[in-house]
Amino acid sequence: MKRKLVIIGAGMASGRVLEHLLAAEPEGWDVTLFNAEPRGNYNRIMLSPVLSGEKTYQDIVTHDDDFYAQHKINCRFGEAVVRIDRENKVVYSNEGGAPYDKLLIATGSAPFIIPVPGHDLPGVITYRDMDDTQAMIDASDKPGAKAVVIGGGLLGLEAAAGLKARGMEVAVIHLMGHLMERQLDPAAGYLLQKDLEARGITVHCKGATKAILGTDRVEAVLLDDGTVYDADQVCMAVGIRPEVRIATDAALEIGRGITVNDQMVTSDPDILAVGECVEHNAQLFGLVAPLYDQAKVVAATLLNKDAAFQPVQTATKLKVTGVDLFSAGDFADANGREDIVFRDPARGVYKRLVIEDNRLIGAVMYGETGDGSWFFGLIKDGTDISDMRDTLIFGPAYQGGTGADPLAAVAALPLDAEICGCNGICKGTIVSAIEGGATSLADIKAQTKASASCGTCTGLVEQVLASTLGDAFKMPAAQPMCGCTDLTHEDVRRLIKARELKSMPAVMQELGWKTSCGCHVCRPALNFYLLADWPEDYHDDAQSRFVNERNHANIQKDGTYSVVPRMWGGMTNPRELRAVADAADKYDIPAVKVTGGQRIDLLGVKKEHLPDIWADLNAAGLVSGHAYSKGLRTVKTCVGTDFCRFGTQDSTGLGIKLEKRLWGSWTPHKVKLAVSGCPRNCAEATCKDVGIVCVDSGFEIGVGGAAGMDLKETERLAKVATEAEAIDLTVAFVQLYREHAKYLDRPYKWLAKVGLEWVQAQIVEDMDNRAALIKRFDLSQTIYQRDPWADRATPQARADFAPLADLTKEAAE
Amino acid sequence: MNWPNQNWLDIGALNDIPQRGARVVKTVHGCVAVFRTGDDQVFAIDDRCPHKGGPLSEGIVHGHAVTCPLHNWVFSLETGMAQGADEGAVATYPARIEGGRILLDAKRLIRGAAA
Repeated sequence: MKRKLVIIGAGMASGRVLEHLLAAEPEGWDVTLFNAEPRGNYNRIMLSPVLSGEKTYQDIVTHDDDFYAQHKINCRFGEAVVRIDRENKVVYSNEGGAPYDKLLIATGSAPFIIPVPGHDLPGVITYRDMDDTQAMIDASDKPGAKAVVIGGGLLGLEAAAGLKARGMEVAVIHLMGHLMERQLDPAAGYLLQKDLEARGITVHCKGATKAILGTDRVEAVLLDDGTVYDADQVCMAVGIRPEVRIATDAALEIGRGITVNDQMVTSDPDILAVGECVEHNAQLFGLVAPLYDQAKVVAATLLNKDAAFQPVQTATKLKVTGVDLFSAGDFADANGREDIVFRDPARGVYKRLVIEDNRLIGAVMYGETGDGSWFFGLIKDGTDISDMRDTLIFGPAYQGGTGADPLAAVAALPLDAEICGCNGICKGTIVSAIEGGATSLADIKAQTKASASCGTCTGLVEQVLASTLGDAFKMPAAQPMCGCTDLTHEDVRRLIKARELKSMPAVMQELGWKTSCGCHVCRPALNFYLLADWPEDYHDDAQSRFVNERNHANIQKDGTYSVVPRMWGGMTNPRELRAVADAADKYDIPAVKVTGGQRIDLLGVKKEHLPDIWADLNAAGLVSGHAYSKGLRTVKTCVGTDFCRFGTQDSTGLGIKLEKRLWGSWTPHKVKLAVSGCPRNCAEATCKDVGIVCVDSGFEIGVGGAAGMDLKETERLAKVATEAEAIDLTVAFVQLYREHAKYLDRPYKWLAKVGLEWVQAQIVEDMDNRAALIKRFDLSQTIYQRDPWADRATPQARADFAPLADLTKEAAE
Repeated sequence: MNWPNQNWLDIGALNDIPQRGARVVKTVHGCVAVFRTGDDQVFAIDDRCPHKGGPLSEGIVHGHAVTCPLHNWVFSLETGMAQGADEGAVATYPARIEGGRILLDAKRLIRGAAA
């Protein structure tokens, strides 16, 4: 006989209860799951990456329809529960009732709204669920939109960082003297504020919100001190309170939350509660780790097993990409407490340990948090630290005379040290999984759930794998180029230069390639690195090129090719157009198309016809457009001053000069340029790898745009007064990219790694370096700026492009 | 090696194919790709990837394997079997080198892979 379980709230805690319960008794329960949100269980702590655009809602779903269907869970999503009839044991929504043997309340928490005037204006939202997140994403769509976040705690700052990442102008209003005052001391709060301000987020501490202004919708936020911040969107993230209304109505015992005992049972023996809505020993819970502990206990109680919930210390991390902070324990100043502090202002590193009675009771770290879980272990265990006090702040690597082995720190962790804070997974659990056969991060995630939630402990889990398996586990933190080597692209590039490796065999021998001649992943990359670094010594290897670059045409799905002649700056003339039309007729071209890069594509050419069509096009003065290459593709232009009444400079002329200078050069990935004659930007220069916008006073050079798999606006490299300077900077930028980027990284991806400031220091500020880069580029062009079509209009090439033999005339026996 | 019933046909010089490259031979049953590996061995397989029909002769050759240029399926030149997670195979044909010339089994080529 199945027992009826009704759950109110499909959140992270109840989702975990279901997993434990159904794993133990897959057929024992008839489950009805109510959720006020019109969707099932997702990983709420990952809303911030969704807001910032690093993840999508699909990425954070923890239980999908298949899960519910597989376990025959009756899902009543979008239905708010209105009443619990304890006497008859029935839960009601407006759609009807559901009887229960056991009821689990998991209503979570509700965001706190400060009741200032204007708090109910449209555009004022909280940050709690997917709908809030979507509302913020929608608000950020408007160009130049401004957001004010009220509350500088964990949630508020994650919201602020996400909105900023979406391109909004963001101000954070925080009532207290420093950010995250419950987790950070003032020094760490200062570093955090500095980091956020460096990202362009305005931080206003000691700011009390007086009113939210606006008529039909929010327009601004007014503070007590008179400051006004314009706002298209206000996010209130000042705190949460347990959602207890339904339990109050049912006359359950309530404190600040729903009171539960150690077994997570409420004052009604058939009703349990879990998550942020509960109060246990006068304590509330907001972080995920204790909620998961509670979920285990709830499942055990339902299964009539003994279990008791015991809150443990929790540590905090902020999920904002690029901000590294950690805090645990109690770090308030008090009599009898001593501090050990380490600061490195240059690197923005701050560490503070709080010691009482020779025991570590608190730790705050900013900028470098790798030792966090070790310190957290010392706090939880109450370890006597008198013996290691002198070197304690330097972390486990410096204890007991061990050296600077990067794995020593993790190797030294005790088995009960917590690695994954979200899921409460200790090192011992991971080590047991490894001893049971797990050999990869994916195995560990699947078997223990470690690093399966927010993912910030992934590096630690990998280090546990490395220190436990020894040589059997290669640290993947450094993503190797391919299966042929353990070295990363960056390592290989560095070693090619440092050890002057000038041929593919030299690279493979000296760097210990594991295969005889590489593979389709590493060979094209090595070929590029070698020709870019040693243009005079290395010989391009056609057999290491992808088919398009070997055959100088784009292969199509049916094995035919497309042919695109270059049209300089998008300019053409009747003679060229006639030659294109004649070729289309002569070679029976099935499709002729104008490309997005302002030229003409002849599609469907047979391989054996390539040398002939090239020769014909060559005769009319047309050369290869390199529409197939990891190299310069096109320079798109508008008509500029010649014809346009708005044009400020000769954009067409500049585009042609750039294309004539850069064509034929090989680059890590394709490179597309554009020059617009005025800020109306008809050439769409602001989404190109290099985009120049002409203005009356000169040329604005933007770099790192993208309009493919990702969409990204260029960042301003520099503004220059003359055309010559614009050309110099463009050439220097392309050469810098050629010398430093990883193969198949477009400029915007490379820029994200090295930073625009570094690039500016190299080519805008350092004139010597700019000149040297240009010189190296021009040297390379003396070798590589050749029309590959003209090179292949030879009898030998014609033979090479034809079949080796034709046996179709041979008769079958 | 010694196959019965063979009719070795000279289809060209070894040097007509670049090292780690391929050329095709047209037959009534479709193209056969003839590969020359880095260690100067020759292999002949169907020039058609079973996945989406990609021309294997245009793939990058590494070791005794080739990667299809369309979607990176990797095939063993020795067995014709797809490597790794992909499943499928292409027909292989006897091939050998004699005096710098490439010889293929004409009977197999003319009869097709099914024989």
